[in-house]
Amino acid sequence: MSPTIPILILAIPLFMFLLLGLLGMKMSHKLAGWLGCLGMGTTLVLAYCTAYTYYFGGDFVGANGERLMSVVFNETWLAFTDKLVISMGFMLDSISALMLVVITTISFLVHLYSLGYMEGEKGFQRYYAFLSLFSFSMLLLVVATNIFQMYIGWELVGASSYLLIGFYYTKHSAVSASKKAFIVTRFADLGFLLGILVLSFTTQTFDFAELCGNPTAQVTAFAGKTFMGCSLLTWALILIFTGGMGKSAMMPLHIWLPDAMEGPTPVSALIHAATMVVAGVYLVARMFPLYLWSFDATTFIVVVGAITAFYAAMVACAQIDIKRVLAFSTISQIAFMMVALGVASEGEGQVCHHGLGYMASMFHMFTHAMFKALLFLGAGALIHAVHSNDYTAMHGLRKFMPVTHITFLIGCLAIAGIPPFSGFFSKDEIMAACYAWHPVIGVWMSVVAGLTAFYMFRLYYLIFWWKEHKIEHGHKPHEAPLPMLIPLVFLAAVSCVAGFIPFGHFVSWNHLPYDIHLDWTIAGISVTIAVVAIVIATVMYRKENPLPAKMKALLPALWDWCYHRFYWDELYMFITHKIIFNGICRPIAWFDRHIIDGTMDAMATITNKASVAIRGLQSGQVQMYVWVYLIGALLLCGLGVMAVIL
Amino acid sequence: MEITLIFWLVPSLIMFCCGVYGFITRRNMIAMLISLELMLNSVDINFALFNRYLFPGQMEGMFFSLFAIALAAAETALAIAIILNIFRKVKNVDVQGLDTMKF
Repeated sequence: MSPTIPILILAIPLFMFLLLGLLGMKMSHKLAGWLGCLGMGTTLVLAYCTAYTYYFGGDFVGANGERLMSVVFNETWLAFTDKLVISMGFMLDSISALMLVVITTISFLVHLYSLGYMEGEKGFQRYYAFLSLFSFSMLLLVVATNIFQMYIGWELVGASSYLLIGFYYTKHSAVSASKKAFIVTRFADLGFLLGILVLSFTTQTFDFAELCGNPTAQVTAFAGKTFMGCSLLTWALILIFTGGMGKSAMMPLHIWLPDAMEGPTPVSALIHAATMVVAGVYLVARMFPLYLWSFDATTFIVVVGAITAFYAAMVACAQIDIKRVLAFSTISQIAFMMVALGVASEGEGQVCHHGLGYMASMFHMFTHAMFKALLFLGAGALIHAVHSNDYTAMHGLRKFMPVTHITFLIGCLAIAGIPPFSGFFSKDEIMAACYAWHPVIGVWMSVVAGLTAFYMFRLYYLIFWWKEHKIEHGHKPHEAPLPMLIPLVFLAAVSCVAGFIPFGHFVSWNHLPYDIHLDWTIAGISVTIAVVAIVIATVMYRKENPLPAKMKALLPALWDWCYHRFYWDELYMFITHKIIFNGICRPIAWFDRHIIDGTMDAMATITNKASVAIRGLQSGQVQMYVWVYLIGALLLCGLGVMAVIL
Repeated sequence: MEITLIFWLVPSLIMFCCGVYGFITRRNMIAMLISLELMLNSVDINFALFNRYLFPGQMEGMFFSLFAIALAAAETALAIAIILNIFRKVKNVDVQGLDTMKF
């Protein structure tokens, strides 16, 4: 494959960022918006061509029918020593081609949607410039040929996420949310960097083709090396996963994602639902051949994922802000993907249940990107209509916004796992993989899936039903404009049919295509649980009734804990403000102010005092100087004469 | 009696000592300037004398004193200009009173 198209896929968004960033303020809003859409549209077409060539072109299929990992180009970027070389390149394999499709699709739809949603906003051109920057960074991340290029893309998406969360920079909450997101993910990236260093120091390579193409050789390099009773390979993989925990908002580093909802809603759909937050999942999937060799690391992933999934689902049941509900739902669904990756491994290079979890995770990543973007964009349309994030301002909107209503319902059905919508198929694969790994995890995840269906339909009913919409100050809620409806309808259509894609033919852990069979027992259980949960939600929230209030009164503590997100933010505040600030920062500040500054002050004071004491000699009286000079000269003469005489 | 070098050097030395004395004791800057000129002139005389008595066939000493006279003229002009400016500012040419900018 010639490298022209891959280079263009990366270059066009970067060029758009520079163009809109530097010259955007001179353009009209319309021109900047359409330029952004045009750039992203071109990238979309090119990415689709690339993915089509990869999957169907036949050039990338090996002797056994497996899909090959292909490095389209790879240029040395920085060469520090002959081993420490950082390259920039473009790698095409089954998951990067998948991500190309997902990112460009969602990004293009969000570009289009924003034409309507962001209309008339101050800084419209800046917004499009940042969107282009984000698209570029995300594409750079997924096509990375080596772990360091991925790290660069990783930091760039973090930076563009920071810029977009803080887009309304005059709003205090947006500014602190963007800072929080940046600091938390940056803190996690420290672990990622340490992991990269441990891994590459031992294996002497950054390259994915070498790391994952031949994992046994790399595992041999780690043989016998342990640290604190755990093998070094496990340490490296867990540290790398820490970076993924930060980006993908796993517990306990999830606290930034709900606050990130301060950004414009299309940004939440693109970055904080569909693409950037699954970067952690993508990272683990990319390094999966290595994770197969460390059962401890994958078990850690499963445990973290399972706890996060349950926690986020619980919290989502008690939120009022609809974007927060969706944010916690995203955390929960990403945790599903993480668990799926974890349960695909049995350690020692063996996969569990034909490596189904790997395929299921990627499948769910794909379907989730579509239906979660749909839900977020739907939420954007609702917010656009009522100018509030809370469902208390919505209630009974179904008559006013029919298109949004139907597409939102499709999104809810997809995430709840009702056939034939896409979420059913991907979630069923995850369930099958979980039950095969350990029944406890299977049951646990089934419960979370039930909670998912419940909170999504709670949200749906509270937005569209509950009671008649109260029209405030004569402002009737209106359906969204056309540029916003097209993405909604398109994504809803994808969510309806995406489940029927024979995904096993495109992505599998060993790149060999295989057929997916639905496990009807597990599918039956999942659907039953989902239907029961939806029925409960219907009973509780379809019409205004005192049942929810009664439930709340019955378990006030549970409600409080869920509503306050189990007090994680307060815990973080306590640890940072009370313990770290008082215990560490204040003594250090005292040391700085008194010992270090004191030394400097003492030196300055001594110099000052000494100069004041002797400055009287410099009287400025010319005649005195002459006297001194004369006496000195005479003394010297006298000395000279004495020297001659003696 | 032949007039030797020493007969000329003694008045020159007296002139120089007068210059030093005046430079140290006078408070008026104009008087100090005059004392300075006295010192310079005694040095010029010495140049001419040593040339005349020690190297009779050559002219370096003569020319050196000519240069010194020219430089003394220039230096005097500069010093007078500074003194005039100081006088305009503080209405005073007493060298010990000029301590406005000190410390």
